[in-house]
This record gives sequence, C-alpha cells and structure tokens, in this order.
Amino acid sequence: MTDLAIEITDLTVAYQDKPVLWDVDLAVPTATLMAIVGPNGAGKTTLIKAVLGLVKSAAGQVLIHGKAYAEQRHLVGYVPQRGSVDWDFPTSVLDVVTMGRYGELGWFKRPGKTEREAALEALAQVGMADYASRQISQLSGGQQQRTFLARALVQNAQLYFMDEPFQGVDATTERAIVDILKSLRAAGKTVVAVHHDLQTVPEYFDWVTLLNVRRIASGPVAEAFTEENLRLAYGGRVAFLSPHQHAPSEPAGGG
Amino acid sequence: MSAPQLEIQLIAALVAVACALPGVFLVLRRMAMMSDAISHTVLLGIVLLFFVVRDLESPWLILGAAGMGVLTVVLVEVVNNTGLVKQDAAIGLVFPALFSLAVILISRFASGVHLDTDAVLLGELAFAPFERLTVLGIDLPKAVWVMGGIVLINLSLIAVFYKELKLATFDPALAAALGLAPAALHYGLMTMVSVTAVGAFESVGSVLVVALMVGPAAAARLLTDNLKRMLALSAGLGVVSAIGGYWLARGLDANIAGSMATVTGILFVVVLVLAPERGLVALAQRRARQRWEFAQAMLAIHLLNHEGRPDYDEESKVVHLQEHLRWTPDFAAGVVARALEGELVQHRNGNLELMEAGRELARQRLMH
Repeated sequence: MTDLAIEITDLTVAYQDKPVLWDVDLAVPTATLMAIVGPNGAGKTTLIKAVLGLVKSAAGQVLIHGKAYAEQRHLVGYVPQRGSVDWDFPTSVLDVVTMGRYGELGWFKRPGKTEREAALEALAQVGMADYASRQISQLSGGQQQRTFLARALVQNAQLYFMDEPFQGVDATTERAIVDILKSLRAAGKTVVAVHHDLQTVPEYFDWVTLLNVRRIASGPVAEAFTEENLRLAYGGRVAFLSPHQHAPSEPAGGG
Repeated sequence: MSAPQLEIQLIAALVAVACALPGVFLVLRRMAMMSDAISHTVLLGIVLLFFVVRDLESPWLILGAAGMGVLTVVLVEVVNNTGLVKQDAAIGLVFPALFSLAVILISRFASGVHLDTDAVLLGELAFAPFERLTVLGIDLPKAVWVMGGIVLINLSLIAVFYKELKLATFDPALAAALGLAPAALHYGLMTMVSVTAVGAFESVGSVLVVALMVGPAAAARLLTDNLKRMLALSAGLGVVSAIGGYWLARGLDANIAGSMATVTGILFVVVLVLAPERGLVALAQRRARQRWEFAQAMLAIHLLNHEGRPDYDEESKVVHLQEHLRWTPDFAAGVVARALEGELVQHRNGNLELMEAGRELARQRLMH
C-alpha cells in the first residue's frame, strides 16, 4: 500500500447542498506526473483543496503515503493558482520563495541563512536567480508562476499539488516548468497538477484523472485518456481532430 | 510646555502607534472598514460588562469590549457567508445594529454615569491627564499606562508572529496547508484590533481610531515595498499625525482628536501626491517619460522598417513623420530632438538615419 502517494476513497465535497465532488475514489502511485482534467466547475481545484484540508469534505478519506494529511504535511508541497494571492503585497521574490520553508520552521522560528540559501537555489532552478530581490508586483505572469514553483521546490516535498501551473505562461516558461516536473519525477517525487490543455496531456504527464464532479476515469494516460472518457467528462463538448490522443483544448479556460 | 501638554502629546503618540501597527495588516488584508465596525461595537461590550461589574474602571470592560469586537467580525462573516450579502454591506448591517443597541442602553439605563455618547465619538484627550495612576512609584496619566501597555503588547505580538502574520495575509491557503492556522491568526489579529480600539477610544474616540488605523498604514504602503519598513513608517506617520494634530488643535482652539484625524488625512494626501515612486507626481512623470521613450522607439522601428527600401528617402524626412505617424509638429520635433540627443538617430543629407543604438532599440522593442 505504501507505494501509493495518494489514496482517496469516497471523497464527497458539497457547498451547501450542491455536490462539487461526488464519491471520488483515486489511487496515484509514487513517482508519477498526474494531470487532473475536466470542464469548468468539475471540481478540480476543490479536489486538491479537499486533500489539503483547505475545504471541508462531507465524506471520504484521504491518505498521503499511507497516513492522514495532518501527519504528512511535511511531505506535501502546494502551488496554488497564481491569481489566488495579491501580487501587490509589499515583499520580494526571495521572501515569497522563503515562505515555502515556513512549514518546516514551524511557529515562532524565523527564517535564516539556511532558508535563504535554499530559496536562492530554488530560484536558480526555475531560472529566476536574477530576480531574487525584485518586488513581486513587477513580475510577469510567467515569472509569478516560476516564483510559486520555486516556493514549492524549497518545501522539499515528496508530493506536489499544483493548481494550473501553466496558466498564462509563455511557451519558454511552459517548457521550463515541464522540465522541472520531469526532474521531480526522476527524483522519485509525485506531482498532481490541474491542467487545461488537453493536447499536451500525453506529452507532459504519464497518469491522468478525468473529473466531472464524479471521477470519470483515472489511470495511465494510454488507458484512461480515451476519446470515450473525454466525451463522458466533457459531455460531447470536445470536437476530436484525430481518434487517438490529440484532442483540442477545451473551449474556455478558468477554474 | 507644561506637564499636561506633554502628557497629552505622549498619550496621542501612544494611541497612534498602537493603532498604526495592526492597521498595516488590516489595510493589506483589505479589511480597513472592519476597524470602523470594531471601534464602534466595542462600546456595546463596555456597556454590557458595565451592567455586570458596575464599575467603569474595571479591566473586565476591556475584555468584554474585545470580545464584542471579535463577535462583530464573526457576525459579519456569518452574514457574508449566507452568500446573499456582500462583505461591505454585511459590515454596514452588523455594526450600526450593535452600536445603536449600545447607544440605547446607555441613554436608557446608564445616563447617570460617565458614559456619554459624545465622548464615544471624539474622546476626551484634553482631560486625560487628570485621571492619574501611580505604578512602581511613577505617577502618570492612566491613559499613558493603558496605551503604553497596548503598544507593548501589539509590538511583541507582531514581532513574535511576524512570519505567520505575513504568510497568512499574503497566502492564507498556503498558511493553512503548512499548518500555520490562518484562521487563528485572523481572530488573533481581530482581538488585537479590538483591544487597541477599546484602549484608544477612551482617549480619542472611535472616529480617530479608524483614522489612525487606516490613514498611516495606507500612506506607508505608498512609501515602501517592504513589510517591516511599512510597519515602522506607519507607526512614524501615526506619531507625526498625533503631535501635529495636537498643535493644530491648539492653534485653532479645536478638539484635539478631530485635529489629529484631520492631520492624518492631510498627511495621506501629501504622501499620495509626493510619494517617490507611487505618488501621483512620480506617476505623471513616469507616464510622460514613457510617452517620449515609446515615441522614440516608434521612430526607430519606423526607420528600421523602411531601411534599404526605395521609399526610405521619403519616409525618413522629419516633415513626413508628422504625416505618416500623425504626430503634431511640436511632438515630432521633440521626439527627433530627444532621439538625436540620445544618439539613436543622426541627420544625413536632410534625412534621419538610424545609429547603432537606435537599431538595437528597435530590434529589442520588436522582440517584445
């Protein structure tokens, strides 16, 4: 059982009485890159937030490497949606990346030289070494995304949840992020990412979950990412160019 | 200056610092109006506790008031969470209800005691030196002890929880995921605001509490991009407003709290206009500079596009810029003069010719 990075059983989340996730089961093996895809309002972000305990689940159980999330916090890194924070906050890029160490530091302890060095190293990894002292309001969308990624990297986690890591980034940044994801997998880490571009799923990921309130399919891309499953998830709203893996991206972006 | 004058200024400065510190986090969390709500509803807490302990000097009143402040926040959230009312409206619904309840209770049942509604709004700073308290053999106005204590508490809490408050304000989701209880910090901050409001409102009234929580912090935000410096600047601007307000009140023979709030407002406007990078003047200068830079880049790109083409002679004459780029003669002359000065272009046989720097600029701008 412990070679499963995530094991979710019967997870149900509802806002008031409207179900957002309905009885979702999911098992993700260690060292995979998994995409969560589905139409707007399918519950992709909610799934991640429920796993991290950020929204209350009405039912179900989540195990991270065999134990409850509260016991495994230190193993988990989180990249929220770029738009979820105020980029006009008075702080620097280095400071934001250092925040990734706050969990390990715990209450009261202040970040010091070790944390700063780890943050600088992570910034170098994402190609942002020159931006360490930059004010965060001056960053472009791609740079914001890289900063968030660096912040997750300093968490030095085993399992990463990323909410739309490619949202609003240019092709170069997308390439750079994919390379980092693949190096994480090579290091035995697991990445779960909410993804919007169906076309790049087979290229970037090796595992996929199709979600539309219920789990439509989950498994290796070759097995789960089929035309029939896509049609089930998107309700026939996806026109297929070729019968195999190259479906066009969904019509509209967003959550 | 007499001792009471010094003491009044000391109290005013302590109130300003006590308010300006949590004010920074309120402003950054876009909760500035919550200070308005809390500074009014604490009165209900004071009144209710007064009915229990029957003593206006009791420290229990501060606790009751702080509890009412937190209850205000909770009620606003409850109303907001129904999804039927937006947060600003929720604040506007909750606090007048609680405040008016307090006003009714005072006028109906406590009119004989020293709890009048005028004092609630504007405070009685001028009389503060009369009420004295001796601690460790030092005789000072009671308000100095109370506000000094609150300043110390606020300073130490912010110092101890600095990292946690920063993360919970910038990215509450990550704070929660990391186990750094942003909800507890939120209510902790609201308690700090409530205690500060109670302490301050006795001296300066609820209107000034709002002014001192929001004004200095908002001005400090325009002066720095660093949270620690913002806290220091906010406190400093608060002190300037306090002392400046005292002297304005003396000059005008007016209410001290009102004058302090006025100076807070004036100070904010001055910063808004003159702040080095974010101020209106700096902004206008930057826009003007960018307009000239952009025009020079346009000129360089225009010349680059026509370089080596048969129409180059035609396109590179200064007079034609007016026609082709639709620039006014003055503006075209200004752009060309600046481009010549920056060695982006040079004159040759009555035409403009790109120089190396100009060609480089055009290429760079075309790439982005």
